[in-house]
Amino acid sequence: MEHSVQEVTFHHEAGGSEFVKKIIKTTIILSVITIIELGMGLTMYAFPMAAGLKLFLKGVIVILSLLKAFYIVGVFMHLGDEIKNLIMTIVVPLMLFIWFIAAFLWDGNSWKVLRNTYNPHAVEVHTGGEKH
Amino acid sequence: METKWWSGGKSPFNVEYGKLMMWYFLMSDAFTFGAFLISYGTIRFSQNYWPDPNVVFNAFPFAGHANLPLAFVSLMTFILIVSSVTMVLAVHAGHKNDKAGVIKWMIWTIIGGIAFLGCQAWEWTHLITGDHAVLVNGQIEHIGTTVTRNPWGPAANVAAHDGHHVGTTGPVAFGGYFFGITGFHGFHVFSGVVINIVMLLMTISGVFERRGHYLMIEKAGLYWHFVDLVWVFVFLCFYLI
Repeated sequence: MEHSVQEVTFHHEAGGSEFVKKIIKTTIILSVITIIELGMGLTMYAFPMAAGLKLFLKGVIVILSLLKAFYIVGVFMHLGDEIKNLIMTIVVPLMLFIWFIAAFLWDGNSWKVLRNTYNPHAVEVHTGGEKH
Repeated sequence: METKWWSGGKSPFNVEYGKLMMWYFLMSDAFTFGAFLISYGTIRFSQNYWPDPNVVFNAFPFAGHANLPLAFVSLMTFILIVSSVTMVLAVHAGHKNDKAGVIKWMIWTIIGGIAFLGCQAWEWTHLITGDHAVLVNGQIEHIGTTVTRNPWGPAANVAAHDGHHVGTTGPVAFGGYFFGITGFHGFHVFSGVVINIVMLLMTISGVFERRGHYLMIEKAGLYWHFVDLVWVFVFLCFYLI
């Protein structure tokens, strides 16, 4: 195992107490974002609201979660401190998710529309009492 | 960090082989979890009705029938974030070759992981053994949430003899996806705890001290943070939206 250390030719770890401060700051950010997300989730439950507004709140929650992911990967996992080419070999393949998510959610929605259009029985059975 | 083009003679990514491979494993694992969650999203988008997580997940240990939406899962999320922080501190202690520090923070990380698994076990038990009056083919039945039954459907226009609200069955896919995906994540937490225990024992016996570096702690740390990262999305998809 001794030789493996030589693959690392320079270190880029922030100095002691400075780094610990960064961790504490990140922990606080993650906790605060989680609390905001919960608050929004509970708001949707406690107050009846228009479907459009609900969708907007859900969109904001998704963006906040991506922000949390950014902090975990960038600070806790130190990806931000690596060489740019290494970061790119991780991040670029993940771009596949953009198509992956859009295509499959679109497909699911289309499935619903087709079923509701051509099989009216499906609507009766499953919409019963609309959820509040 | 920006560097000039690689000109040979040194490691192009300035990173140890095992650590690089851990990154690529985690990337592939992200696609596995992504595929599961997207599959769940596809089915959910195809349904006219889906249960409200605030209604399904409203119980807390020792709180009886109190309506506490999302309280318990918030606690689980918080436990996982804290155990991620203690893991960062273990890795940091490793950089300073501080054996006692690594041992201390690894123990806290392991405790956090076990606490999370305990919470999940309680949550699953509560859902599976739940007793909800629902209308099935004109008959009132008492069922819990499993991979084949879902009591969280729309309300029925009937009340039970004791005046309780009666529901109908909801989409069967709900239980399958919930137990499948949280189970797969829980399995990752479990293997993470096992890996962390092995790392702790190796630290105590002085393996890394003799080796002169604590890179293995760093690699275990990457895996552990990934488990926390996946939970952010499981939490998002099943409990928040």
